[in-house]
Amino acid sequence: MPRVSLFVTCIVDQVFPQVGLAMAGVLDRAGCEIEFREAQTCCGQPAFNSGYRREARTVAEYFLQVFEDADYIVVPSGSCASMIAHHYAELFDAGDTRIAGLASRVWEFSRFLVDVLHVEDVGARLERVATYHDGCHALREMRTKEAPRRLLEHVRGLRLAEMDAAEECCGFGGTFSVKFPEVSGGMARTKIDSILRSGAEIVVSTDSSCLMQIQGVLSRAGTGVRTMHLAEVLDSR
Amino acid sequence: MAEPYQHKIANALGDPKLQLAIYSATGRLADGRRRTVSTEAFPDYQELRQHAHEIKKHTLNHLDFYLQELERNVEARGGRVIWARDGQEARAFIRNLARERATNLIVKSKSMTTEEIHLNEHLAQDGIEAVETDLGEYILQLAGEKPFHIIAPALHKTREDIAHLFERRLHAAHETTPERLTAIARAALREKFLEAGIGITGANFLVADSGMVVLVENEGNARLSCSAPRIHVAVSGIEKVIPRAQDLGVFLNLLGRSATGQPLSVYTSFLSGPRREGELDGPEEFYLVLLDNGRTKVLADAEKRQSLYCIRCGACLNNCPVYRKIGGYSYPWVYSGPIGKILTPQFMGVHQDPWLPFASSLCGACAEVCPVKIEIPKILLALRAEITEAGIQKGGMVEKLAFRMWAWLMRHPRIYERVAPVAAAAASRLPRAGPLKAWLSQRDLPPLARRSFRQLWRERRK
Repeated sequence: MPRVSLFVTCIVDQVFPQVGLAMAGVLDRAGCEIEFREAQTCCGQPAFNSGYRREARTVAEYFLQVFEDADYIVVPSGSCASMIAHHYAELFDAGDTRIAGLASRVWEFSRFLVDVLHVEDVGARLERVATYHDGCHALREMRTKEAPRRLLEHVRGLRLAEMDAAEECCGFGGTFSVKFPEVSGGMARTKIDSILRSGAEIVVSTDSSCLMQIQGVLSRAGTGVRTMHLAEVLDSR
Repeated sequence: MAEPYQHKIANALGDPKLQLAIYSATGRLADGRRRTVSTEAFPDYQELRQHAHEIKKHTLNHLDFYLQELERNVEARGGRVIWARDGQEARAFIRNLARERATNLIVKSKSMTTEEIHLNEHLAQDGIEAVETDLGEYILQLAGEKPFHIIAPALHKTREDIAHLFERRLHAAHETTPERLTAIARAALREKFLEAGIGITGANFLVADSGMVVLVENEGNARLSCSAPRIHVAVSGIEKVIPRAQDLGVFLNLLGRSATGQPLSVYTSFLSGPRREGELDGPEEFYLVLLDNGRTKVLADAEKRQSLYCIRCGACLNNCPVYRKIGGYSYPWVYSGPIGKILTPQFMGVHQDPWLPFASSLCGACAEVCPVKIEIPKILLALRAEITEAGIQKGGMVEKLAFRMWAWLMRHPRIYERVAPVAAAAASRLPRAGPLKAWLSQRDLPPLARRSFRQLWRERRK
């Protein structure tokens, strides 16, 4: 039985706790031994992406301390998983033993299911037309392209209607969304045009931060399309 | 952000006609690229990218060696190399050459390097007319504008715009088909080609082992610029050198595909100096101006040196969701898009436009399509770190303090657990300002959860 330590990102913890619960439920049913370390907080990405490397490093050091002896660290976010798996290397010396092998222990949720547990059918059921948004870091840094789609294809009652701009950024980008709100908003509106063209009722992704941006614009535009994290879809029965 | 750019960005976003023009033109170029580099169309693409990256890396790590080899071989073929530390030295050489050869008309083919040193404006001040002969550049020169895009300079101009411009500036009839518009430009330019004393081109590649300048184009105007006038001057950044002629097989296969979705551009010219005895064509004199203008400064930084690998294909612009919104005129320098975002701060210094490296969602689409694998997001992050380190961005002090407090809080989970909901509740009651106001200007905000994940988890465990 694989031992899984959940890293519930700060945005999931504070804004979308149901995503964390859904992920725990799916992993539990897939036969994992799950733990949640309460001392955890954030991966440090907000500081790193804003150029505050010293602050990012102190938070990263804290993360590594909390998860020191964890086997698998599974994350409901491609972006946060990539911060840990790839960008920590830029914050520490190359020879630092704390980051050695980190990339093979930290997994984005959907790829952990498909590539480590070899599970594609989690027994979920959801009667919806769904479209999938490729989060940029999930797609380009964590190579998450096939896994979420395979999982969605096995959800009973769900039809996957790909949008034409699935791989285009939603415009969130962390502090970019508030430093350049008009540009970020413009990007999001281009994204939702593509979503609406797909005819989907729900937008699914691996990252709550993208979904917060997309939901915010969908709601502002008065559309009835809703966003759901992949974990919530897979936890539907 | 600096005021003028805020306005430029707002103008671009608020112009539906421009938005459509940018979107459709960059979309067409990006689609073309995607088709020609697909696994079915071009199975070796990824290996070739890596190969190109390695060649550029090797060459720039030994740039002194290859530049000297290039100089020897250019001169052995009867050309001359001029080393220009900056724009002023490059311009002075060209101006003096024009004076010595008693010409005041120059034809030019498209060159971002000469845009970089504002060559045309300076020559005009000295009474020398430099005429752009690339159709897009010619349109912009008539309109008094700068390139909007590295490879499609007049991408933002509609056919109707161009028809009006030709009517006004060339007293031409009102024509709106691309064929007729091109014919008008061609007739006007042909006169200039025949009269010009000097032809100036850029260079796509400089080949060290054969002293060759390689030019890639679709219109034939570059070929004419370096063969019709008596004198050919190529102006190139020092980073354009590649070691061997055989390396062109790597780069030419990548450049056309990445730029426009062409397996090979229409014209590829291999120019090896002035006409020799017994040859029928080619210029009588050939000069290669090798420009530094800040490149050695970039070269000195081992981490960001890869910025100089760029072969100016424009793929990063076409695939950038930010460029596709704000367009080429929202960037402070001639190089726009993702590549401009990393080149500008390195050439001009981070102090000049400290907002620029932050104007990215770090989506990584640029790095994904870059034919020489420049890690643009990584360089943006390094530049952001330099800027916050120097504390020069707007609101930098407040932000730094906020991140210090945040970093402390993130190491104290019990306090974080209590503080986060209180802070959020307080923020929602305060007048809408700062980041919250910025967020709400564009989209709705979900409410914070009543109970955090950690609280729910704890309850479930009981």
